[in-house]
Amino acid sequence: MSVTKPKRQIPGTTVFDGDMARKGYALNKMCYSFNARANREEFLRDEDGYCAKYGLNEQQRAAIAHRNVLELLAAGGNAYYLAKFGGIFGLDMQDIGAQQTGVTKEEFKAKLAAAGR
Amino acid sequence: MARIVGSITTSHVPAIGGAIAKRLQSDPYWKPFFDGFPPIRKWLAEVKPDIAVVVFNDHGLNFFLDKQPTFAIGAAPEYRNADEGWGIPMVPPFAGDLDLSWHLINSLIADEFDMVTCQEMTVDHAFTLPMALLWPDQKWPVRTVPICVNTVQFPLPSAKRCYKLGQSIGRAIESFDSDARVMVIGTGGLSHQLEGTRAGFINKEFDLKFMDSLIKDPTWATQFSDLDLVEQAGTQGVELLNWLVARAALTGRVTLEHSSFHIPISNTAAATMLMENHV
Repeated sequence: MSVTKPKRQIPGTTVFDGDMARKGYALNKMCYSFNARANREEFLRDEDGYCAKYGLNEQQRAAIAHRNVLELLAAGGNAYYLAKFGGIFGLDMQDIGAQQTGVTKEEFKAKLAAAGR
Repeated sequence: MARIVGSITTSHVPAIGGAIAKRLQSDPYWKPFFDGFPPIRKWLAEVKPDIAVVVFNDHGLNFFLDKQPTFAIGAAPEYRNADEGWGIPMVPPFAGDLDLSWHLINSLIADEFDMVTCQEMTVDHAFTLPMALLWPDQKWPVRTVPICVNTVQFPLPSAKRCYKLGQSIGRAIESFDSDARVMVIGTGGLSHQLEGTRAGFINKEFDLKFMDSLIKDPTWATQFSDLDLVEQAGTQGVELLNWLVARAALTGRVTLEHSSFHIPISNTAAATMLMENHV
């Protein structure tokens, strides 16, 4: 019988390990497709159809609909692939950071600058 | 035999590409980062490397999670950038060096590093931006060999393993039957975390200790597991593994010729180092 050790927890952090890679495969595959402009445009024309084509589950589909990064992470999304989804809407990493930490973009940027002092 | 002239390490944040495109090098936000490069360019102009071995991590351009190699190496005559989804302008293609690629493949696999070999490979911002920082005219004076380290999907190769890979690369370059001057570039980091409620995490103290260790105690970082590195440097700060590979490839006495460190560029502690190898 195999014994699974409890995973090490790092506060506020989802480690993209095998469990997340399995869980998020369809979502990440869709986000990977956004490397191509034609696919980004197809998504914008028909979001439902595009998500269905990649077989997103309900949790993933809802997270995409909500444009919610923490929900996308919980659904197995990988940060690097989610960045391609964010790119469709012209979001940068400070927009994404602010959304996840519940502060304004200016507050998030101030926090980053403070880390240098 | 070929000679290893040194290593250059630098952050590779995509926003740098936007700043280059908008000519923001002198903008107050960007200046502290771009100011790190003129001394490095001066060194490059003097040393004139022929080949750059570039150690980086792909972020979902060449590789998807359907096939995620732990270590991969390019063996292509040419490497091109492509659309990564957010519209950084493309850079001109990079010439490969097939002889060094295959020499590295043969040497590394004989040395028990079972590299995935790629006769076609696109290269993303982690490769192209450091090159554009080193040679702003984008007329690349070097041939290139890309080496990809998985920093996307855990488990990652351990810091200890990455260090040994670097040493093996160094030995391989020095046994390459050529009079080429070879440099090793390591890209990424330093501390940053893009995702989760800890997004925006930066650890200045750890970064400075890591940079210092590359000169004074280069195996220092090999004590850390991949999750230790996440805790200390953030989920994307683990890209410092690429720096470790590049540093470990230096076989001789190593001197620090230049370094810079600035927080923040985008969400990242941005840093550069120029390490010269004295055989």
